[in-house]
Amino acid sequence: MSETQYFDEMWGHDETLRQPYRQFHDWLHRENPADLRAKQREAEELFRLTGITFNVYGRTEAEERLIPFDIIPRIISAPEWTKLSRGIEQRVRAINAFLHDIYHRQEIIRAGRIPKEMISRNEAFLPHMIGVEPPGGIYTHIVGIDLVRTGPGDFYVLEDNARTPSGVSYMLENRETMLQMFPELFSQNRVQPVQNYPTDLCRSLAACAPPAAGSQPVVAVLTPGIYNSAYFEHAFLADQMGVELVEGHDLRVVDGRVAMRTTQGYQPVDVLYRRVDDDFLDPMNFNPDSQLGVPGIMDVYRAGGITIANAPGTGIADDKAIYSYMPEIVEFYTGERPLLENVPTWRCSDPDDLAHVLENLGDLVVKEVHGSGGYGMLIGPTATKAEIAGFRKKLKARPGNYIAQPTLSLSTVPIFSRQGLAPRHVDLRPFVLVSPEGIRVTPGGLTRVALKKGSLVVNSSQGGGTKDTWVLGD
Amino acid sequence: MRLKIQHSTHYRFDTPVKYGLQQLRKTPKSSPQQQVIRWQTKVKNGRKELEFEDFHHNTTELISFAPGTTELSVISEGEVALNDTHGVIGAHRGPAPLWLYLRETDRTRAKAGARSLLRGIEAAAPTLEGLHALADGIRAAVKYEVGSSHPEWSAEDAIEAGRGVCQDHTHIFLACAREMGAPARYVSGYLMLDDKTVQEAMHAWAEAHIEGLGWVGFDVSNGISPDTRYVRVATGLDYGDASPVSGSRVGGTGETLEVQIDVAQQ
Repeated sequence: MSETQYFDEMWGHDETLRQPYRQFHDWLHRENPADLRAKQREAEELFRLTGITFNVYGRTEAEERLIPFDIIPRIISAPEWTKLSRGIEQRVRAINAFLHDIYHRQEIIRAGRIPKEMISRNEAFLPHMIGVEPPGGIYTHIVGIDLVRTGPGDFYVLEDNARTPSGVSYMLENRETMLQMFPELFSQNRVQPVQNYPTDLCRSLAACAPPAAGSQPVVAVLTPGIYNSAYFEHAFLADQMGVELVEGHDLRVVDGRVAMRTTQGYQPVDVLYRRVDDDFLDPMNFNPDSQLGVPGIMDVYRAGGITIANAPGTGIADDKAIYSYMPEIVEFYTGERPLLENVPTWRCSDPDDLAHVLENLGDLVVKEVHGSGGYGMLIGPTATKAEIAGFRKKLKARPGNYIAQPTLSLSTVPIFSRQGLAPRHVDLRPFVLVSPEGIRVTPGGLTRVALKKGSLVVNSSQGGGTKDTWVLGD
Repeated sequence: MRLKIQHSTHYRFDTPVKYGLQQLRKTPKSSPQQQVIRWQTKVKNGRKELEFEDFHHNTTELISFAPGTTELSVISEGEVALNDTHGVIGAHRGPAPLWLYLRETDRTRAKAGARSLLRGIEAAAPTLEGLHALADGIRAAVKYEVGSSHPEWSAEDAIEAGRGVCQDHTHIFLACAREMGAPARYVSGYLMLDDKTVQEAMHAWAEAHIEGLGWVGFDVSNGISPDTRYVRVATGLDYGDASPVSGSRVGGTGETLEVQIDVAQQ
């Protein structure tokens, strides 16, 4: 397979330097490769010092691991970004409208645009959310939209992360590191800032406070604790926002509100940015064995005494089977044509789709409907015969548990390798904040890069790395 | 018919309760078939934190234990006027979509026992007559016996044992009705008995949704549709959703419980 069949974001299809990279390339050309190698090592050292690590599930040895960082930025021009962010905004608006509808009148089902079974048989549908009016009307306060690119103007949405998208701390730390090492590059290139994210997040959350809140809403971050793979991020965000980081046992129901223990006694929390999954959020209403949640928090929520961000039950919007209906969802709620493309998706619950998928397993990517992190998926073109045979069995046993998509020719961006610049496949997760004040897409995001030559899996749990993502000014 | 109801629950613990909550579904709602004239729930050695409507439209109260207490009393009391609608509750109102009531739960999952029971009841169908036939068939196959089952039992457990109480009969009815494609729900409530006014537990029966009629009640244990002696309090997919009390607490070991329910005609 030749490298040029893929679109390279620096060199295009035909080895012509693309506009957004011009200034950066000139600079790179003037730099001494030995200095850059030193900088790359310095970057790694900085990450070790800040302590950004990542727990990998299913591995006992080397429990905490550094996510590799690459110093070559991924650069997006202002017009490219404007187009993208409009599409993201439209999609996020549709997702919120869809969630409100699904937990109320379900007009989209009545209109026949989504089959009833997609919701009624969906494990991600949370009955406890039926009839709830979340404060400010917002369900997904924080969204991460996973995008891939296949050509100059061709972006596809791979996944909508509407539950608890993670990774924003890498976006911030990557920028911090680059700013420390190459300060001159940022003014030269007029890179739009991302550092306001924590301030914006705090403001956005406070704007969704329930009516019971005072003029200065109290925000807190709920973490499952230090053993969670994203604990660093929870602590980091709480620190950057200047709010309390709490665990379930720090909170309890007091005077009809959820309150946190402080040195001055219990203080009501208005907005809880929770990084605990729905099932573990409230042992009285959900999983009774959960030690991570707060008994009764769902009751306080239904009574209107707290904002939970993101709202419980948002998983119904980022379920991979629902994903295949996103073009319909966008049209139904916005009355507009979708600005961003969906990847064509076969739903294995459908017998015709299943037959097609079984016949073409070698060319497709098969994913679990509720899976994440790149686990439990099959990448046909790189899978062994045994892996394909194994998946064939799984598909036949539980077809409704899977969807399949074509393998996309993901764009590449150069990494700084020992042999110089080398193209590697990337994806992009921009972060979106939603409040009654509006939808804000942070100009940048998390670029994940498959460090292995030819690999299409960018997940950090599967050996992916990250890059700083630059959105240039007008 | 007008019923006066008093329901008191008294808990005692060997060791103090450090912290605890209870979710109560003990407040009846007015509907075409019942009119709540007055109703009140009082808590001793605890306090009411909040009140909300759950997704089955049940009035739900959250109460907390007074820290360090070794006793808690919850007393609900009121009067309800009843109209005879021959067990018909009528059109589905929500907020939950009707299809939700086709969802099986752990307690109402139809397995081999329920399927074989259903096959044995020839006239069983998702119609008024067919559901009455189902209720009769369940009563014949699973003997009503006070104290014969465990509160945690599933429909299958009771079918296998061949005995149970109203909760078990209701769970079996729900499993079978849903298996036939009829939306069905659990009802917890009060029943005035002719022979005694003081009772130890609330009653339970089922409701199924029938095309053209809407929700209709079936008291499997008594072999009738609810009349003016029945007060609906809470509904749900099974006992877990509609139970009068569920809770969590820290401390408070060695619980003893005293329940007294008086249902009398005014």
